[in-house]
Amino acid sequence: MASAPPNATRSPTAPRPAGRRAVVVGGNRIPFARAGGPYATASNQDLLTAALDGLVARFGLQGEQIGEVAAGAVLKHSRDFNLARESVLGSALSPETPAYDLQQACATGLETVIGLANKIRLGQVESGIAAGVDTASDAPIAVSDGLRRALLELSRARTAGQKLAAVARIRPKDLAPSAPRVIEPRTGLTMGEHQALTTAQWGITRAAQDGLALASHTRLAAAYDAGFFDDLLTPFRGLTRDQNLRVDSSLERLAALRPTFGLGLEAPATMTAGNSTPLSDGAATVLLGSDEWAAAHGLPALAVVVDAEVAAVDFVRGKDGLLMAPVFAVPRLLARNDLTLADFDFVEIHEAFAATVLATLAAWADEEFGRTRLGLDGALGSIDTSRLNVHGSSLAAGHPFAATGGRIVATAAKLLAQRKAGLVGSDAGRPVRALVSVCAAGGLGVTAILEAA
Amino acid sequence: MTDTYLNLVNSGLTRKLARRLGLPNPAQLRRFRAGQPLVDGPVLVLAAATSLADADDVARTLVSWDLDVRRDATPEDTYAAVVLVLTEIAHPDELSAPVLAVGRMLRTLAPAGRIVTLSRPAMADDAPALAAARQGVDGMLRSLAKELRGGATGNGVVLAGGVGVDAPSVVGALRFFLSTRSAFVDGQLLSVDTAAGTFPDDWDTPLAGRVAVVTGAARGIGAAVAETFARDGATVVVVDLPAAGEALAKVANRVRGTALQVDVTAPDAGERILDHAVSRHGRLDVVVHNAGILRDKLLANMGPDQWDAVLAVNLAAQLRINEQLLTSGEFTHAPRIVSLASTSGIAGNRGQTNYGASKGGVIGMVRATAPLLTAFGGTANAVAPGFIETDMTAKIPFAPRQIARRASSLQQGGQPVDVAEAVAFLSSPQAGGIVGEVLRVCGQNLVGA
Repeated sequence: MASAPPNATRSPTAPRPAGRRAVVVGGNRIPFARAGGPYATASNQDLLTAALDGLVARFGLQGEQIGEVAAGAVLKHSRDFNLARESVLGSALSPETPAYDLQQACATGLETVIGLANKIRLGQVESGIAAGVDTASDAPIAVSDGLRRALLELSRARTAGQKLAAVARIRPKDLAPSAPRVIEPRTGLTMGEHQALTTAQWGITRAAQDGLALASHTRLAAAYDAGFFDDLLTPFRGLTRDQNLRVDSSLERLAALRPTFGLGLEAPATMTAGNSTPLSDGAATVLLGSDEWAAAHGLPALAVVVDAEVAAVDFVRGKDGLLMAPVFAVPRLLARNDLTLADFDFVEIHEAFAATVLATLAAWADEEFGRTRLGLDGALGSIDTSRLNVHGSSLAAGHPFAATGGRIVATAAKLLAQRKAGLVGSDAGRPVRALVSVCAAGGLGVTAILEAA
Repeated sequence: MTDTYLNLVNSGLTRKLARRLGLPNPAQLRRFRAGQPLVDGPVLVLAAATSLADADDVARTLVSWDLDVRRDATPEDTYAAVVLVLTEIAHPDELSAPVLAVGRMLRTLAPAGRIVTLSRPAMADDAPALAAARQGVDGMLRSLAKELRGGATGNGVVLAGGVGVDAPSVVGALRFFLSTRSAFVDGQLLSVDTAAGTFPDDWDTPLAGRVAVVTGAARGIGAAVAETFARDGATVVVVDLPAAGEALAKVANRVRGTALQVDVTAPDAGERILDHAVSRHGRLDVVVHNAGILRDKLLANMGPDQWDAVLAVNLAAQLRINEQLLTSGEFTHAPRIVSLASTSGIAGNRGQTNYGASKGGVIGMVRATAPLLTAFGGTANAVAPGFIETDMTAKIPFAPRQIARRASSLQQGGQPVDVAEAVAFLSSPQAGGIVGEVLRVCGQNLVGA
């Protein structure tokens, strides 16, 4: 084991404690809007409160003291230091419901599910609401560091002379506001440029990316038409479906779009606005509980949160792609649970970019990568597209960063419960599982296993 | 929707001006508030000479509610309500004395006073004089109601043969008509068909322990029904289209119920509604079919889009959901179905052949559905609103809206809560003897029956 590469798959270690189960009861989100769309004037707190209130209405939780609410946002105003708690106070939940904020870039939403599920399994809480929210429309804009330092000095100044000196430090360039940008602080590259490097490295074609993007739209639209989201979504500000969803998308239209990322690379640029997620506004929530809590409230248990694994990659020095950490997390998660990719009815891989999903699948299917980087005997395996993002994912729905995890978990839990209910004969007793994988800025990846309850 | 005219004629200078000009003078109706007295003043019980025994029973009921009950009229007194018992009259001659006695009280009837008659229906096999006397009550009451002012109303309870004045639904209807819950019900004769039904443990929360579903509950009358049900003790499931989910969630959170986003025209809507109610709340007792749409067009211009959509939502969906409930075996605890009909389904309305068909259809549907439920102590009835101040009627142009408002004995539009009160009454345990009837909530609209 001493020679195993970093991030390699470990063999199962200590058996996990046979604690009680944490189950997904259900979820609620608001439709995701494009940045500058119908939610343009709504704050993170407005969006999260609306999503919470819809959840309360669906499950009759008015005045209920939930064990804990965990929520976060990626783009966050400094005044929102207690965003989750403030949203709870503005909601129909009991004001005695505790809450905490969590932030792990795009994995925030999934990490809130994992954290609360762990608390439930440990018996620290009986119920929890995991949530995430983001608005690219109402993003915080800060003053420049120069102006900030001068203002802080001014607040400390006692004499007129000190005050004057503080003000005199301000230079015209300090007055330009500083808006958040989706760039990696250590590389200065945008997420799209980072993905473009990975896309080129794995030779992901334009056609494959456009095909995945089209499937996302087609599948999400079909799920809406079938009423799948009737009990997962509550409209907000007149929006009843995800604004980014295009029912008239086609390969021809996608093929006509100009590439926007990777233009400076030697490899042909293949990533367009059509096969990348847009900046979005939205919020999503997941209701979790112990089996006992769900039963006592007459609520269903859709799926069990079985296990989770987190990984990080060294993208700064280019060893791995920025969004490739799930590639390493999943094999470890599978090994610990003695499972293979073939054991999953559903695989949900967050579509940051179509190429992210395709590069992840390519890495898992690669013999050499499996041996040298994952420490396996060969390739991890392949995933049939009939099991992958079956009701679409972020390319169609949009991607309000911290809200994506909740969207995926609630969708997957309902899929599992439906699949389980539909099993007949000798098949009826078999476990039905979903694998969830979310990549995030900073070279992070968070993955989890859900199983039909 | 604010009725500016109603506010003007009830305040200051404009009140005087309107009086001088002899303009319509609608009163601010007194509506139900928790803790208010059932009747705010003495109640006079009058009867035909042949009906004194029933009048004694009625008086005892009123006394049991701690009302100040009088049996002899004192002209200088002001009465808050008059109950006229005519159950045993056999000849029109018997009407004269008791009806004229009521007449002498009218000038001193308190504001928002109540006149309630108790009588029996005229049947084809009655002796002609008997039938004449009984049917005479109908015409007398409707005309009397049109004389009343100051928010006073006149209504009647019509007891089927064999139903005594102590039957739960007779007592329940009498109480409803006397109370502020019936503020916008006027000139109506409500039939009590059987002695079924039970008295509530608490008259203030008759729906305690009951689980009720209200469709079209995101706004307007449906939202008011949900709120009234919650006030009366029910656990409420509010249903509306997924697209109306934002408003629906607000209603659900206000009434501390649960929201179910489902299109009532979905083939499995009834099953989904029942499954939600039973799995979340353990049972389903009351279903209110309130979801409805308008697609007004003259028949000469109407296409299948307008006709089919209205019939699908307003009628076919109700039939399908009822069938799923009735065959489920779960809808058996003294169940109640209340459907929203409309005065358009009774009197007709130009440009509403589709809507009129659907609402007339609802009236026929409850008449035929109720007998299927009586074996379980259940019933089905309809409420037919007249002009109600909602988002829907706010879209009517100014002049026709003003005319529609004033064209009733109460000279104003009703509020959604007025319809909700009638729905809540018909959903209550005490309404079990009202089988397949239609109760109009129209302020005695001048149009229609």
